[in-house]
Amino acid sequence: MKEYRTIAQIAGPLVFVEKTEPVGYSELVNIVTADGTVKRGQVLDTSDEIVVVQVFETTAGIGRDSGIRFTGETIKMPVGRDMLGRILSGGGKPIDGGPEIVPEKRLETTGAAINPYARAPPADFIQTGISTIDGTNTLVRGQKLPIFSASGLPHNDVALQIARQAKVPGSTEEFAVVFAAMGITREEANYFMADFEKTGALERAVVFLNLADDPAVERIITPRLALTTAEYLAFDLGYHVLVILTDMTNYCEALRQIGAAREEVPGRRGYPGYMYTDLASIYERAGIIKGVKGSVTQIPILTMPGDDITHPIPDLTGYITEGQIVVNRELHRKGIYAPINVLPSLSRLMNLGIGKGHTREDHKKVSDQLYAAYAEGNDLRGLVAIVGKDALSERDRMFLEFADLFEDRFVRQGLYEDRSIEETLDLGWDLLATLPEEQLVRIDRELIQKYHPKYRKKAQG
Amino acid sequence: MKKEKENGAQGALKRISGPVVTAVGLSAHMYDVVKVGNEELMGEVIKIQGDNTIIQVYEDTAGIRPGEPVSNTGLSLAVELGPGLLTSIYDGIQRPLEVLVDKMGNFIERGVSAPGLSHEKKWEFVPVMKAGDVVKAGDILGTVQETNIVHKVMVPPRSKGGKIKKIAGGNFTVDETICTFEDGTEIAMLQRWPVRVPRPVKQKLNPDIPLITGQRILDGLFPIAKGGTAAIPGPFGSGKTVTQQQLAKWSDAEIVVYIGCGERGNEMTEVLTEFPELEDPKTGRPLMERTVLIANTSNMPVAAREASVYTGITIAEYFRDMGYDVSLMADSTSRWAEAMREISSRLEEMPGEEGYPAYLAARLSEFYERAGRVITLNDASGSVSVIGAVSPPGGDFSEPVTQNTLRIVKVFWALDAKLSQRRHFPAINWLNSYSLYLDSLNEWYDREVSPEWNPLRSWAMGVLQKEAELQEIVQLVGSDALPDEEQITIEVARMIREIFLQQNAYDAVDTYCSMSKQYDMMKAIKHYADLARTAQLGGATPQQVVTIKSKNELPQIKFTRDYEPMLAKILKDMEAEFDAMRAA
Repeated sequence: MKEYRTIAQIAGPLVFVEKTEPVGYSELVNIVTADGTVKRGQVLDTSDEIVVVQVFETTAGIGRDSGIRFTGETIKMPVGRDMLGRILSGGGKPIDGGPEIVPEKRLETTGAAINPYARAPPADFIQTGISTIDGTNTLVRGQKLPIFSASGLPHNDVALQIARQAKVPGSTEEFAVVFAAMGITREEANYFMADFEKTGALERAVVFLNLADDPAVERIITPRLALTTAEYLAFDLGYHVLVILTDMTNYCEALRQIGAAREEVPGRRGYPGYMYTDLASIYERAGIIKGVKGSVTQIPILTMPGDDITHPIPDLTGYITEGQIVVNRELHRKGIYAPINVLPSLSRLMNLGIGKGHTREDHKKVSDQLYAAYAEGNDLRGLVAIVGKDALSERDRMFLEFADLFEDRFVRQGLYEDRSIEETLDLGWDLLATLPEEQLVRIDRELIQKYHPKYRKKAQG
Repeated sequence: MKKEKENGAQGALKRISGPVVTAVGLSAHMYDVVKVGNEELMGEVIKIQGDNTIIQVYEDTAGIRPGEPVSNTGLSLAVELGPGLLTSIYDGIQRPLEVLVDKMGNFIERGVSAPGLSHEKKWEFVPVMKAGDVVKAGDILGTVQETNIVHKVMVPPRSKGGKIKKIAGGNFTVDETICTFEDGTEIAMLQRWPVRVPRPVKQKLNPDIPLITGQRILDGLFPIAKGGTAAIPGPFGSGKTVTQQQLAKWSDAEIVVYIGCGERGNEMTEVLTEFPELEDPKTGRPLMERTVLIANTSNMPVAAREASVYTGITIAEYFRDMGYDVSLMADSTSRWAEAMREISSRLEEMPGEEGYPAYLAARLSEFYERAGRVITLNDASGSVSVIGAVSPPGGDFSEPVTQNTLRIVKVFWALDAKLSQRRHFPAINWLNSYSLYLDSLNEWYDREVSPEWNPLRSWAMGVLQKEAELQEIVQLVGSDALPDEEQITIEVARMIREIFLQQNAYDAVDTYCSMSKQYDMMKAIKHYADLARTAQLGGATPQQVVTIKSKNELPQIKFTRDYEPMLAKILKDMEAEFDAMRAA
C-alpha cells in the first residue's frame, strides 16, 4: 500500500492531502505518525488535487511528516456471533481485555435503506414494565422511540430499566441489546456497565463506548457501528435487538464540529443543513423485514439544550422517529420516578401493537381516558394558581385530585418495579374509578361493565 | 433510462463530495441525466462551471474515485408513461420498489436500474382511430383497459402528428408499434417525458368547479377547486393520515397520486399495506387500481427525494391529459425543500433564509403552478389538484417553507392537534383555515346546490367567528353573564361544530356526506337559530330555547342514509315545540 507524505493542511479533525492517486469517497484511511501510532480516518471529499480526511481520533501527533495510507475500501465492520457480551470502543475495537472479534462477516457501516416495500408493519407489543410507556405510549417491535430528556434528569435510569425489563410477553424469542454511548462521562459509563453486569444483561449485549474524552469525531461512526451490529444480529441471526443510543445530542455536536471545520454553510443554530438526512440515516435503521425473523428497535436518548423541545436536535429527531418519550423536570423535582410527562409524549405506532390479541381490549380506551382526565386536571392546576381551589366546581376538584393521583401512583414506580401490562391497565382502572362513572366518556359501557373495579369486585364476590 | 452513448461525450470524475460530484471533459446540458463511475450510478447535471460539470447523484457515492468515467445520456430525467402505471409503487426516480426487492433483496443497494413500466407485459389495445385519419399531438389513438380505469393511448405531445397509415388492435407490449404514420413515424404506447418540464396543454381553465370530497368542513366551508392547490400542515398526532385517506377515497377525482417524500419507513409501510386494502367506495374495487404511490423514505438518497415530487406530478399530468381528474398528495413538501437545501449547501451556494436556497420560493411556485384544470391537447377537460403537506419545524408557521407555500396555495386546511386531543374530527381548525376559491366557486354552488347555500355558509362562518369572540368573555365571566341573544349564539355555534363540522370517518354513512345533505343539515341548524331568535324576542329565556328536545335528535341524521323523513319530522317537532313555548 502506497504511503503519502503530502499533507497540505491540518485543521481540527481534518487532514488535507495533496497529490494522491485517485482515492475513493468514504474510503478508510490509516495515518501513521512519526512515533508509529496508527490513527484511522475517512475520506470526506476527494478530487485530483486534494483529499479531505476526517480523522476519528485526535489529530495530536499528526504533522506534515505523517504518512497517509488509503486502504482502498470503505469502512467495514467485522461482525460475529461472539460479539455478544463484549465491550468495544466507539471505534469498534475490544476494550474489555478480551480477544479480537472473530469476524464471520465484514459489513458496510453506512447501511443501505430498507426497501419500504420489503418492510413489515410493526405489530408486537414490547412490555417495558414502565406504566407510562406501556400504558399510554406503547413501544412496539421495530419502532424507533427516542427519549427526550435534559441535563440533570434520570434518563439513564429509564433507559436502563427498559433494557433490563423489555420483553414481548408470551414470547421466548431471543432478545439482544446493543448499547452505544457517545460522549458520555466515564462515571455514567461505569453506571451503565455495573448495571449490565449486575443484572446479567451484559451476556446478551454488545456495548460500544465513546466517552467524553474520546475524540468527538469518533462519535460519527459509533452509532453506525452499533446499528450495523444490530442489523447483523437481527437480520442474519434472528435476534430481536433493542438498540440504545446515548446521547444523540453529543453526536449532533460532533456533526456540527466537522461542518464548521469544513467551513460549510451552516443551517439552523450552526448545525449542518444535511443534519436531517444524516439523522435519518441513523434512525431509519430500525424495523422489521417481511419474512425475516429478527427486528431492530431503537431507543435513542437525547438531552434537549435548555429543555427546549423546538431546538433543531429534538425537532429533527421528532420528524424522523415514531413519537417521543419526554422526561420532565417538574415531575423529577416532585421526586417522582420515572418522571415521564405523558402529555407531550407520543407513540405513533401504539395503535398497531395494542388491543385484543396484543395487550387487552380495553387498552386504547383506558389510555385515552387517562390521558384526557390527566390533561384536564393538569390544565386546572393553572387555574387554581389564579383563583384558588375553593373557586373550583365539585367536578373540577375531582379532576384536579385525579391529576395528583395519576402522578403519584401511575407515573411513580420503583427503579426495579416491573409492572405487567395487566397490572398497568388495572392500575389505570383503579385511578379512573375515583372519577364518577358518567365522566368516563371515552370508554364504552360494555368495557366499563367488564373492567371497572366496581363491577369487577361484584363479579368476583 | 435509455442508454444512448452516441451523442453523450465521455468525461471523467474530478471530485466527489457526498451526493454531489464534479466531472470534467463532459459536454452536458443542464438537467441531463448522466451515468457516474464504473457502476454507472444515475445522476443529473445541476451546474456547469467552465469545463466542470456538477452532478447530483441519486445513489450512495461511497468508494467512487476521481478518474472514473462519467457518460452523458443526453436525456433529461424522465419518467416512463404508459399502461402499467396504476397500482405501481415507485421510488423517487420511478424504479418500482417491488422489482427492486426481486433484484437486490430487502435493502436498496446501488447501481441497479429498473424501468418504470413492465416492458414484457402485453396489453390489449383497442384503436379508436383508423387508417387514413389525420391526428396531431395529444390525440387519442386507442384505449387499454388498465384496471377498471381506461388508459387512453395518446400521440406523444412532441410528435408532429400525421396521417395514419396503419393502426390495429391486439395485444402489445408498451414498446411495440401500435400505429404508423404515412411519413413512417412509429408510435408505441410508451411515452417518455422529462419530469422537470410541465406537459403541454391547450388552455388553462378557471377554477370554477369544486373537488367534492364528501367531507363537510372541506366542501362546505373551505372548498378546493378541481385543479386547485391546498396546503395542510401536519403537526404531531393531528390525524393527517386519516384526512388524506378520506380525500383519496371520496374525492371525485378518478386518479390518485400519492408521494411519500422523505417520510418514515414504518409509516410508509403503513400506507403501502393499507392503501391496497382500502376499498374504493364507488366501485367496490381496491382503491389501488386507480392509485400510483411514490415512496421515498428519509434515508433513501437525498437527490432522489428532490426528484420524487416531479416524478409524481408528471405522472399526474399524464393522466390529466387523458381527460381525468387527478388528485395529487405530496407528503411532505417540507422534506422536499430540505432536500433542496441540502443539495444547495453541497454546491456551496449562497443561502437564503434559514439556509434554504434563494430559489426555494421559485421552485415551490413552479411546482404548484403545474396544478390546474385544463383543456387538453385532445380537447378533453382534465385537472390536477395538488394537496401538499407541510411539516413546520417546532410547529412554527413563520418558517420559510410554510410561508412560501401559503403565498402560493389558495386553500389552507389548518389541522390542529388541540382539536384532535379533544377528539374533534376532522381536526381542521375553522378559524385558521381558509379557501380563496369561494368567489370563483359561488356560481357552481348557486347552480348545483342552491342559491341559498352561499349566504348560509357566510352565516355559519359568522356564527363561528362570533363564538370565538364570546368564548373569550365566557372564560372570564362565565356563560350566564352573557346577554340572552349571545347565549343562543353560543348554542347555535356548538350545533354547527358538533353536528356539521364533526364527521366520523369510520361510520358507514357519515364518512361521506353529499352536498345536498350538507345543505339540508346546515339549513336545519339555521332554521333552529331563526326560531330560537324569534322565541327569544318573544320573551322566552335562553334556558327554554336551548333545552328543546327535538334538536337533540338532529345529530342522528348524520348516521342515517335516507335521512329526509327523519329530518322533516325533527323540523316539524321543533316548530311544534316553539309554538307551544309561544302559547305558554
